[in-house]
Amino acid sequence: MKEQNREPLFSVKNLKLIKNPFNRENPITVQVLGICSALAVTAKMQPAVVMAISVTVVVAMSNVICSLLRNTIPPRIRIIVQLVIVSLLVILVDQILKAFVYEISKQLSVFVSLIVTNCIVMGRIEAFALSNKPFPSLLDGIGNGLGYGMILLVVSFIRELFGSGSLWGYKVIPESLYANGYANNSLMIMPPMALIVVGLIVWFHRSRNKELQENQ
Amino acid sequence: MFSNKYIFVYSTVLVVVAAAILAIAAVGLKPYQDANVRIETKQQLLSCVGIDSTPKNAETLYAKYFTEELYVNAKGEIVTAGEDSKPVYVCNKDGEKIYVVPVQGKGLWGAIWGNVALAEDLTTITGVNFDHKSETPGLGAEITTKPFQQEFNGKRIFDGSKFTSVKVDKRMGKDNPHAVDAISGGTITSRGVSAMLHDCLEFYVPYFNNLKAKH
Repeated sequence: MKEQNREPLFSVKNLKLIKNPFNRENPITVQVLGICSALAVTAKMQPAVVMAISVTVVVAMSNVICSLLRNTIPPRIRIIVQLVIVSLLVILVDQILKAFVYEISKQLSVFVSLIVTNCIVMGRIEAFALSNKPFPSLLDGIGNGLGYGMILLVVSFIRELFGSGSLWGYKVIPESLYANGYANNSLMIMPPMALIVVGLIVWFHRSRNKELQENQ
Repeated sequence: MFSNKYIFVYSTVLVVVAAAILAIAAVGLKPYQDANVRIETKQQLLSCVGIDSTPKNAETLYAKYFTEELYVNAKGEIVTAGEDSKPVYVCNKDGEKIYVVPVQGKGLWGAIWGNVALAEDLTTITGVNFDHKSETPGLGAEITTKPFQQEFNGKRIFDGSKFTSVKVDKRMGKDNPHAVDAISGGTITSRGVSAMLHDCLEFYVPYFNNLKAKH
């Protein structure tokens, strides 16, 4: 009888954990978390994708670990324990990037270590992992990481295309266009433009979603 | 609910486990990270003599073009690598000998470093490259850009037999064979490059003089 009471692995409730961060609960455009790194690493697509994967791994794993330990963590030192776990994972990710994708890890520079201070990570542990089982926490972590990554991808796509005339490092804007007076927009490479692009995405997102609009 | 003793034991165990994992990771990944740094150094040396390389072909290109790695001391003698010696990389490109020496100094916010390639006459600069730890993007960090580095090509570090180095200074660069223009907004970094070149190249002057005497 017990079997029947168990929730299926990918129940509607669990799937929502993955899907919601893409839309109504997107960490960047709705919760406005992790903006700093979103501005800093989105000038090119490659570092943006590596950053998105790194953040997803860190959020998912720290969620699982904290969820597994949730009944043993003394509430008084809760934040310290979370910090130790998150920084452990971040240092591991940083070391692995340095060993296997050195060029990109140089471009990401301090922003990998700064995942520790990315509010998405601590936010998901506090809000979700500490009061839920490991599997839903894993899904929640992956969902939020990918929700963050999706915005990074969109922003870096726009910035690399118009700022450098390339995508994923390959030139896509033909030379003939440059010969006719087209120029890359160098403002696109600067961080302020990332803020404006994120702002446009938030605008677009809200205009499509009635529930996100504040009542006048 | 949780006693103080529990909290102490819990945090101690947690930190020890975390430290152990990090130590294992650091030791295990070190060889890969060192290899990356080694390849980067070789790429920088190659770019200094005007050869483009990728991380994949850097080792083979390096082996092909760089024939010797010498260590010289302050008296200009060739010695075995040690504390008082600095390296000289000898490159053979299209039948021409190029001597590359590394330089290190300080910019505004942190370390700056690079390589200087000298033609066979040991006076004319054929190429340089610079890198930095944390100079301001758009200002001091401009030292890593091609246009700035190309200004050094053809400059001379000796005036006759007198060591002059190459100065990085405002409005001096145009016709002066011993100076290049500083970066506007990057004055301190420019001075850093100037001092770095002077101090580091000076070390090699006896060695250069010995070589010239031989020719």
